[in-house]
Amino acid sequence: MHPAFSVIFFTTASGAGYGLLFLLGVLAVTGQLPSHNPAFAWGSMLLSLGLISAGLLSSTFHLGHPERAWRAVTQWKSSWLAREGVAALFTYVPAVVFAWGWLFEQRTDGVYAVAAGLAAAGAVVTVFCTGSIYNSLKTIHQWHNAWTMPNYLLLGLYTGSLLMAAVAVLTGLQPGQGYSVYLLGVLLLAWAAKAVYWHFIATTHHPATIESATGLKHLGKVSVLEPPHSSENYLLKEMGFQIARKHADKLRKISTLSLFVTPLLLVIASIYAPMPVSGMALVLAALFAALGVVVERWLFFAEARHVVTLYYGASEV
Amino acid sequence: MTMLPQKTGKKLGLVIDLDICVGCQACAVNCKEWNTGGHMAPLTDQDPYGPAPDGVWFNRVHSYEARGGCGSQTVHFPRSCLHCQDAACVTVCPTGASFKREEDGIVLVNEDKCIGCKLCSWACPYGAREFDEVEGVMKKCTLCVDRIYNEKLDPEDRVPACVSTCPAGARHFGDLGDPDSDVSRLVAERGGMDLMAEMGYRPTNKYLPPRPRKRDAADVGAASNQLNPVQDQSSAFLKWVDKVLSR
Repeated sequence: MHPAFSVIFFTTASGAGYGLLFLLGVLAVTGQLPSHNPAFAWGSMLLSLGLISAGLLSSTFHLGHPERAWRAVTQWKSSWLAREGVAALFTYVPAVVFAWGWLFEQRTDGVYAVAAGLAAAGAVVTVFCTGSIYNSLKTIHQWHNAWTMPNYLLLGLYTGSLLMAAVAVLTGLQPGQGYSVYLLGVLLLAWAAKAVYWHFIATTHHPATIESATGLKHLGKVSVLEPPHSSENYLLKEMGFQIARKHADKLRKISTLSLFVTPLLLVIASIYAPMPVSGMALVLAALFAALGVVVERWLFFAEARHVVTLYYGASEV
Repeated sequence: MTMLPQKTGKKLGLVIDLDICVGCQACAVNCKEWNTGGHMAPLTDQDPYGPAPDGVWFNRVHSYEARGGCGSQTVHFPRSCLHCQDAACVTVCPTGASFKREEDGIVLVNEDKCIGCKLCSWACPYGAREFDEVEGVMKKCTLCVDRIYNEKLDPEDRVPACVSTCPAGARHFGDLGDPDSDVSRLVAERGGMDLMAEMGYRPTNKYLPPRPRKRDAADVGAASNQLNPVQDQSSAFLKWVDKVLSR
């Protein structure tokens, strides 16, 4: 599938933003947010809502008619894309109330705690809907499987968690060893989910074949004799995007190194190193993960193969 | 509304005979010609006379070779919207631009509501939808909804453009929901099939498989004594001819 930059930016930025919002909400509900540090409050809240909003805005850039984007929330009964839009809009309401209480009234109790909890829930629901858009497409084996959703949820939480650590460090807080250990846990989970996903798509393929696509199985092995058109059309440009295996392997290594291995070492370093080295390690880890998750998402699209390419002679999808 | 109708009054669709299709592209061309002025008009092109022409077509004619135990066979294969009963392209649409008509099952796009997110084209396994880069909306086969009910046309012309133009008679149009219709009978007689049936979209359009080939002379009724090799003939002259020709 063609990797549209606006969608890659949207899913990674809003994923991390919702991950951060989820964490802030959970910490608020459990009374663990540092209420005495306005810089952290502003920094983390603005970063979270900023990433979410920039992502949502960017997702409209690839539309043929961005001015009609408001229509995209109407069909929530059947469409995961519409549900994502609805969830995203609804999440703003408790998120803004939560932010108001925390930033302007320095309170995260009572009604603000309820709002924080709802914002956290909204964040999970929205990322779930994003994952479902891809997961629900039976035409793409690399998306329609049990590993797509854990990847979206865990990568959002993981990148959001690193962002929170980075903001905390940059606003003069010390996340503490406990948080670093939590980071290690969520990093390893996300890595495991991605590794399983990559193994899954490397070892399985879609059940459809060129024979089932053409209904000619009884005649034997089917191959393309003549293409229906002499140059590329929309289908081939959008659905037939191909990435050479050797590049995919290289990009997977880059992604793994930047998204998991380097942050892993840096997070371990942050546990043992004294401040400010430990803090800088966490900031660096967030930066590496940000780069790594963009490469990961690019691959998520580039490695996805659509069944329609069978009609154009793909040997398997 | 992107919820699919529980049941449609009719199931209008096409039956495409892969035994007959000669791959002449007339259906694709007439489709383009009619529809660039029809319901989904225009069907824009980019660089139509340049080195890499690209544009919106509702119908694409592939040619395949099937190689089996008894040699190979060429099959021409027109591919267009199958107006599925479980049309995923409709349910994924976030705006309600895509819909399946309750009265006849035709799947259409309301271009005024389409935001051009392309998700419907991702959801379609058959590549039926093509994005119009110029107009910024998705386009697809309308089953010539502007012909089949058009009382300004002669009754015999009230069929999709691809059907009316097919010089070989490989395309049929009718109500596949009515078991007594001509198209339904044709499907029953010839073992009409669903493409990628395993994916469960329940396409309305059916494809008739190529008939079994008649490969040997005996298949077409030649008597066995006419099939004997020349050298078995007793005539010395024919033996001599055989010898000369075999050199």
